[in-house]
Amino acid sequence: MSSEKTPQSPDLGKLVLEEINHEAAPPPQPGQRKRGIPQSVLIPLLAVLTGLIFGAIFIIVTSQEVYSGFGQSFSAGLTAMWDVVARSYTALFTGALGDPVRIINALQSGNALEIRRAFNPFLESLVTSTPYIFAGLAVALGFRAGVFNIGAEGQLFMGAITATYVGYKLVGLPMIVHLPLALLAGALGGAIWGFIPGWLKAKTGGHEVINTIMMNYIAFRLSEWLLTGPMKRPGSFNPVSPEIQPSAWLPRFFEDPIRFHLGFFLALGMAYVVYWFLFKTTWGFELRTVGSNPYGAKYAGMNVTRNTILAMTLSGALAGLAGANEVLGVNHFLAMAFSSGYGFDSIALALLGNNHPVGVVLASLLFGTLRNGATRMQLSADIPIDIISVLQAVILAFIAAPAIIRSLYRLRKPAEGEGLITIKGWGG
Amino acid sequence: MATTTSAFHRKIEVVSPTRQRVMGILFILLGLILVFFFTPGLSQGQITTFGLSLATSDIQLPPWQVHTLPTLYGLAVASAILGGIQLARGFGRYTNWVLGLVVGFFIFGFLVWAAAGKSLNLVGMFNTTLSRSVPITLGALSGILCERSGVVNIAIEGMMLTGAMVSALVGSITQNAWLGLLAAILAGALLALVHAVLSIKYKTNQIVSGTVINIFATGLTSYISAKFLQVNQALNNPPTFGGTPIPLLSEIPILGPVLFNNSIFVYVMFILLFVLNVALFQTRWGLRLRAVGEHPKAADTLGIDVFKTRYMAVVLGGMVAGFAGGYFTLGSAGRFDEVMTAGRGFIGLAAMIFGNWNPFGAFGAGLLFGFADALASRLAILGIAIPSQFLLMAPYIATMIVLAGVIGRARPPAADGIPYEKE
Repeated sequence: MSSEKTPQSPDLGKLVLEEINHEAAPPPQPGQRKRGIPQSVLIPLLAVLTGLIFGAIFIIVTSQEVYSGFGQSFSAGLTAMWDVVARSYTALFTGALGDPVRIINALQSGNALEIRRAFNPFLESLVTSTPYIFAGLAVALGFRAGVFNIGAEGQLFMGAITATYVGYKLVGLPMIVHLPLALLAGALGGAIWGFIPGWLKAKTGGHEVINTIMMNYIAFRLSEWLLTGPMKRPGSFNPVSPEIQPSAWLPRFFEDPIRFHLGFFLALGMAYVVYWFLFKTTWGFELRTVGSNPYGAKYAGMNVTRNTILAMTLSGALAGLAGANEVLGVNHFLAMAFSSGYGFDSIALALLGNNHPVGVVLASLLFGTLRNGATRMQLSADIPIDIISVLQAVILAFIAAPAIIRSLYRLRKPAEGEGLITIKGWGG
Repeated sequence: MATTTSAFHRKIEVVSPTRQRVMGILFILLGLILVFFFTPGLSQGQITTFGLSLATSDIQLPPWQVHTLPTLYGLAVASAILGGIQLARGFGRYTNWVLGLVVGFFIFGFLVWAAAGKSLNLVGMFNTTLSRSVPITLGALSGILCERSGVVNIAIEGMMLTGAMVSALVGSITQNAWLGLLAAILAGALLALVHAVLSIKYKTNQIVSGTVINIFATGLTSYISAKFLQVNQALNNPPTFGGTPIPLLSEIPILGPVLFNNSIFVYVMFILLFVLNVALFQTRWGLRLRAVGEHPKAADTLGIDVFKTRYMAVVLGGMVAGFAGGYFTLGSAGRFDEVMTAGRGFIGLAAMIFGNWNPFGAFGAGLLFGFADALASRLAILGIAIPSQFLLMAPYIATMIVLAGVIGRARPPAADGIPYEKE
């Protein structure tokens, strides 16, 4: 924190800033110096663990096998319970990270194709994680600036629309020009969708939560209209856009069935950029100050209005990149069902990652892995993929109410408050 | 200012000069749209026909015929005159009523234009509007209950969805629509209890808590649907509540088929509307509930149990949302489909804001949004070139405009969304 400079403000302002900063920063863990992992890491881990246990119970309760097992005898019921959970979670694991036996065999055989195939589940998990990283960063950046961007889903749609449009409309460009242009268009589409609620909040006080919810649905209807009208693929009966030019595709690293593409590394790079922006630049510092203490920030001569708009715009741009990443990297065209609720899940990601880019990346990897594994679980263990949403909701509940986790695992209450996000009413 | 409570305060609210001007310009603008967008392409002497009775009614009224062009010009001139008066003098506290009138003119003008040279059954249209407005209004009432007590509830959508799924499941198993409805109400209450515990006891951010419920509800309902309802159709075949015409009343021309020939959901919505309005603004219970939502500390000092009041309000709100969920399966579709509420809960939230956290305001907004919904499904039949998606967008855009304070001012309860800390 020492490298930060206050922008041309008087000494008094500096003092105020230091005061704010001191309060905003987490305490240097005086309460937990005794031993072990700090609670900021422990609680998310326990939340995930408890979520998985909850998921197991959920699987058991909704399993007909278990009921018929208990119909026969108590021990048969217990066996069925164990079987169902073991089968499901094994499928989840192998679907997400690959089958260990197969990986070892492939490595021993030395067959390059077989090795790639054995690692494909893992690579596919990274593919699923990529939009999560972008969208999670979007929401986290908003939280840091004190705005609750619940509209990542809509911004993601807008980003996908603009990226798709640039992707199929511009023909004959070299990739080095076309791909960045398409990505930029995606960021811009999301940024506009973020700018509007940001501007409304700053200028009129209209709460960004309501406005972004409304704009989500405006974005859905707009994409419906575009895909059935102006952007409909000629000659197709389905509401899908034309195929994006290959020059705008995010390059893939392996041959066809393996979809692992450049987007993952772009997402990691973006996480670093967001980290650098938030914690190493004056702008980022102002943003965080406005987020943690708008009144103090105002006293220190910061422009709260500008920072609110900036935060929502940047947040929207990141979410837009998530959409662009999906259409340019995975689908190569736009369809209504291209997003499986990444924008909504991203709220959970930001909170699970403690609104820190590193945390968001880790949380995204976890959620991406879970969702990818769940695809396999659906096929081989007959557990609908929607269980992932249930898991995510439970994990999010535990993250948002750490007191539940603390009482479950008899953890000590930390000395300082756990203020994840500032709590505000509709009035803003 | 925000600390003074009750509707009393709103009555003496002064219309600001800016708002007066914006409103005046809006009135004139709507008039201009009527002239410049709707009249081109119409020919002199064209007639719009509105049907006034359903084919099944005993008393058949002759259809109502209006001359398209003169009607449009008349409506435009009336809007412009009202706009002129608003600019010059202002309507003061009647501004909102005049706004309603002008919007009414505009909608009527739209219908006259849309059905030019054709026939549109007004009764059928209004009846569809009313039934489409049911889930929206009920969602808004659910939100009003919660938010008037100071708990933000964006989980209405999730509660509705769960109510819809549970009512289909229980209704199918028991083959009893009433039991299905009861289960829906209980499911809504249960989810609301989770929301209440998270946001009141654990003081979680209420929007996060609402998001938890929404994600959970989407996951749960899709899971059950994929694992059971789609596999075994017998589990997704609940009996439905058909139309229950009220004797005598349903025979009244025009009003009868619109108001008194509906499913029980419409009647219950009206009852709830009146009950909630009286309960909130005329009873001690309502005064306490609103006090808790406006200034919990003061309420606590006076001996009102803030936590208990909020728990009760949120759970009641959840029951209303669960009931609204039952509408989707038992009241209209007769089966559950994944994410079948399709954002109606969020439109309900919008209607609540649009209606300024008042039951009747929310009903008005619900009707308006329901009308957009009903119209969107008829655009193709009428052969209008406006994409239906734009009509479906209208509620959201309108809510954003209201929230921005350009037209009217949305004023939420002062303590809305702020957890109460007892000292």
